[in-house]
Amino acid sequence: MDLNEAQGAVLRYLNDAGAQFQKLPGSAIILRYIRSSYQNDPIRSAVELFLFLFAVRYLLAPSYSTQKQKHVALTEEEIDELVDDWTPEPLVAAPTAFEEIENEKRPVIVGPSGPKSKLSNGRTVTNLASYNFYNFVANDTLKEKAIQTLRTYGVGPCGPPGFYGTQDVHMKIEADVAAHLGVPACIIYAQSFSTISSVIPSFSKRGDIIVADKAVNFAIRKGLQISRSTIRWFEHNDMEDLERVLARVVKEQAKKPLTRRFIVTEALFENVGDLTNLPRLIELKLKYKFRLIVDETWSFGVLGRTGRGITEAQNVDPNEVDMIIGSLSGPLCAAGGFCAGTGEVVEHQRISSSSYTFSAALPAFLATTASETIALLQEHPDIMERLRENIKALRAQLDPRSDWVRCTSSVDSPIMLLVLKPEVVASKNLSLQDQEQLLQDVVDECIANGVLITRLKAMPVALGANPNDQSWHPQPAIKVCVTNGLTKKEVEKAGVVIRHAITKIVTRRK
Amino acid sequence: MPSGNVIPLSSNTTPSSDAMNEKKEQTRRTSFSKVNKFTSLFAGSPKAKDAAKLREALIAQQQALLNSPSPAQIQSSTLSLPTINLTTATGEKMPAEPKTLFQPPSPEESRRIARAHAQFGPLGSQSHRYTSQFTGEFAEPVEDEPPYYFLLTTYISYLILIAFGHVRDFFGKRFRKEHYSHLAERDGYAPLNSDFDNFYTRRLKMRINDCFSRPITGVPGRFITLLDRTSDDGNNTFKLTGTTTETLNMSSYNYLGFAQSDGPCADAAEQAIKKQGITMASPRSDSGTSDLTLEVEDLIAKFVGKPAAMVFSMGFVTNATTFPTLVGKGCLLISDELNHASIRYGARLSGAVIEMFKHNDMNHLERLLREVISQGQPRTHRPWKKILVVVEGLYSMEGTMCNLPALIALKKKYKFNLFIDEAHSVGALGPQGRGVCDYFGIDPSEVDILMGTLTKSFGANGGYIAAEKSIIDKLRTQNAAMLFAESPSPPVLIQIASSLRIIIGEIVPGQGEERLQRLAFNSRYLRLGLKRLGFIIYGHDDSPIIPLLLYNPAKMPAFSHEMLKRKISVVVVGYPATPLVSSRARFCVSAAHTKDDLDRMLAACDEVGDLLQLKFSSGIAGGADGLGEGVSQKEEATGPNKNFVPPRWRLEDVLKRGVDDVQHPLR
Ligand SMILES: Cc1ncc(COP(=O)(O)O)c(C=O)c1O
Repeated sequence: MDLNEAQGAVLRYLNDAGAQFQKLPGSAIILRYIRSSYQNDPIRSAVELFLFLFAVRYLLAPSYSTQKQKHVALTEEEIDELVDDWTPEPLVAAPTAFEEIENEKRPVIVGPSGPKSKLSNGRTVTNLASYNFYNFVANDTLKEKAIQTLRTYGVGPCGPPGFYGTQDVHMKIEADVAAHLGVPACIIYAQSFSTISSVIPSFSKRGDIIVADKAVNFAIRKGLQISRSTIRWFEHNDMEDLERVLARVVKEQAKKPLTRRFIVTEALFENVGDLTNLPRLIELKLKYKFRLIVDETWSFGVLGRTGRGITEAQNVDPNEVDMIIGSLSGPLCAAGGFCAGTGEVVEHQRISSSSYTFSAALPAFLATTASETIALLQEHPDIMERLRENIKALRAQLDPRSDWVRCTSSVDSPIMLLVLKPEVVASKNLSLQDQEQLLQDVVDECIANGVLITRLKAMPVALGANPNDQSWHPQPAIKVCVTNGLTKKEVEKAGVVIRHAITKIVTRRK
Repeated sequence: MPSGNVIPLSSNTTPSSDAMNEKKEQTRRTSFSKVNKFTSLFAGSPKAKDAAKLREALIAQQQALLNSPSPAQIQSSTLSLPTINLTTATGEKMPAEPKTLFQPPSPEESRRIARAHAQFGPLGSQSHRYTSQFTGEFAEPVEDEPPYYFLLTTYISYLILIAFGHVRDFFGKRFRKEHYSHLAERDGYAPLNSDFDNFYTRRLKMRINDCFSRPITGVPGRFITLLDRTSDDGNNTFKLTGTTTETLNMSSYNYLGFAQSDGPCADAAEQAIKKQGITMASPRSDSGTSDLTLEVEDLIAKFVGKPAAMVFSMGFVTNATTFPTLVGKGCLLISDELNHASIRYGARLSGAVIEMFKHNDMNHLERLLREVISQGQPRTHRPWKKILVVVEGLYSMEGTMCNLPALIALKKKYKFNLFIDEAHSVGALGPQGRGVCDYFGIDPSEVDILMGTLTKSFGANGGYIAAEKSIIDKLRTQNAAMLFAESPSPPVLIQIASSLRIIIGEIVPGQGEERLQRLAFNSRYLRLGLKRLGFIIYGHDDSPIIPLLLYNPAKMPAFSHEMLKRKISVVVVGYPATPLVSSRARFCVSAAHTKDDLDRMLAACDEVGDLLQLKFSSGIAGGADGLGEGVSQKEEATGPNKNFVPPRWRLEDVLKRGVDDVQHPLR
């Protein structure tokens, strides 16, 4: 048999080699050394040998370079000349007219922010532009507690969490958020905006696959970009399309080595205002074996009876979601963000999530404020009831009664996004830019009438990128934020002002 | 101006102080604390005393401190005299109220002062000051190397650690599957952490995990209070024991000592909470901009010497969102290889081509510039739209400063734009604390963009960008953090404003200058002392970041534990934050430290250095004895027969000579 022959040949060859080796001076010592150091354990020796060979292969592998392919050889004089000739563009381009207006008109608040805020032009306006939904900003007990913390901890922690920046108050807020949500663990970031852009790349690397909703917010997009993973998009909130994409990914990848797969979406969309369908997401995720990352930045502290977010609102076990990212800065009136999940998920981030590891920790008084506001939400669900009343009151003034705009936000969301109705856009032939300008005029008109509202800000386009390349962009919208700090009457009155402003500005436009 | 508050600083004694002050200060010095008595005793007639005695004394002092490291008792007995100084410091009372002199402070008052001193130590002597200013030529810091034996054992240690790790993995994965399940495929899910990425954490970092992320409570000032913890599963999880340990804080970025829970900054922050609330609850561009925000931006711009500035609520995000607004496709970003993670993050987001040059190597940078400008963009060879060179003012792991004079010269020739991240240098460098430009005496207008964080020297949180108005205006409309991220909180803004006002002398005149000069003195004093004891120290002389090289990975936990035993908190860093061989301990000096604290630190390092065999400097990087006969300093440095003697000073000589020698060029 061939095989036998080959085996024989190999054996003979090995014997020869062995004999040759034994003739070498000192070979006996080496052999004895290897035997004793490996305690006659051939498996271990084999493993080490394998490791060694692997290392050699790795070292010898040609380093891969994309540069210097088309290097043009130049003399020093030629280089000097080229250096002299080179004129760089200015560091920033000249401002556009719209940017100039924006810089001019940005509201500046004098003194504290609140339901009634004083602007730098001396007028006091009804503030429907801040996320102060529960009016915790004006809560004196919170201020008292914050001062106490300030007097024990100072302001900043003067260091990242890994280097003596973790204070007991940070451990407490982590435990508080985890307990509030009902998951095992939680990690606190110093800023909410930076949280998800850092969480995603700490898990998803090159070669991994992320399926994301087309309408996700800017921070998520940046996280996806940094991760260098393969990104597949699905139509906004379209669960059927999601299933199609998932099935396709699974099919394509069937033959390849298994890599990590994630679904990334928002609970309450920053750019559209609508809700995702979490129970369906969980079904799909389990069916296709993806991990689920849900950005609850806009829903934590807002949805659900006690503000636990979408899991409470849609009756889903939070442990089914692999990572829940949320904010302590908006409705909770503190600062910072969090990522909650299993202990494994959280501990991994402590060393590999860059905006946690390489940035200073959250100031102590902001951490304790968040602990306090979570407790307030837990103990007084009526605060949230009152907010819902106000949401209903304002919505009634705006959505069904306006001929020009409609509200794309969910009925539970205290942030109302009002977009121009398609027929308005069509009949007036409005480009995106025109819509932005028109809505800015509405905002100005409202401020002139004593109601501070704002616009949904367009996501900045990367420099040098073609703006038309962007696959998805939000429709320009007015952003109106409801607050508890106003009575129902006041809210309705503000609603009327906004409605009239819209009518006035839009009808004026030909 | 806060009322009725005694600031624990003797800021009346500015350098311009008169003879009266001098006298006061002298009486104070002798009676100030037991610690000083010891040093001055021995400083008086050093030769007569035998060396062991001083060491004993210092150890005794340490023992005393071990029992209670904060100077509570020490101070309370001798408080009456400093009280005069303290009251005059605020300038609120006339100094000559005889009542104060003889009235012992009430127990409550002395407790309060002791607490304040635990956050910010009082200045021991006017001689403990120095002005941080660049003189002479930019010295490339000399990086000493240990004997080959240590390098070799370091490599071998890593090999052993890695081999052991692999062997344990190999068997573990077969025989203790349940412990390794997270690394394997689990019912159709790929492992969350890949085995390979995770190896370093599991097998190397886990061994020394107790040296990282030590939880603390209270103010990270001169002293820092650790929450004690234990682990009974190999550092996988920790349990708090419920006790605390107060340690000397050599680890926080509290350069100017503004981490304080009382004093003018905290008073102002308290007022801000009362008046302005805790948060604006909105992004800057919606309704998160207040008059306070603009005021702080103005103050920062004036401070760093730029026409305009913008604040952010996080330093990391300042970098992460600013690069995409400045550069993009068709642009080139040239970055120092040791730049901070946030710079890399922002650079990657921007979509610009990224090149790196060797840390602080200006020749390499110039070669690179000639290469990239002459070759143009890859493939198309079109000229670059812009080139942005990004450096840090002070590197947080190396203690080195950027070579600003050379960078400016290159900038003039090659027309690139310059971005300096002053996270660690603003407040910490320069005669007025205004960062590297101030330190090197260079007009800030020469640098296009000055970025910095407010987390460090100012004891607040957040970051800023300072530049021409046109650039800032662009950022305000296009920067993602401005549009979407939370705005800085009012008390944090007030902390920034009041610490800045102290530094420029607008409130509590003299105190800002004292803080700056104490930081400069402390940095040089500790650095010189450590070099003289024989340690290998990296970085520039005036830098408050002092890395002490340990090399061997096993020495990281050992050093950290030994220092903790002596009640000193230090940071140890190793691979991957540093190159594989150069594991190090990093000390961050603060203006809140007193000379006695640093002496205690030197004594502890001396002991631990002997214990762990860490004194292996060869002398090329400084710490040398006196100059040879008839040799000038320059000749010695450049002369043909460099005959370096490894410095191994005795502790008592280091302490004796330190204060004077700090005032001269360090050698
Ligand atoms: C050079 C540099 N840039 C930026 C940062 C980030 O600053 P922050 O801690 O305020 O997020 C740091 C902090 O570690 C730093 O060292």
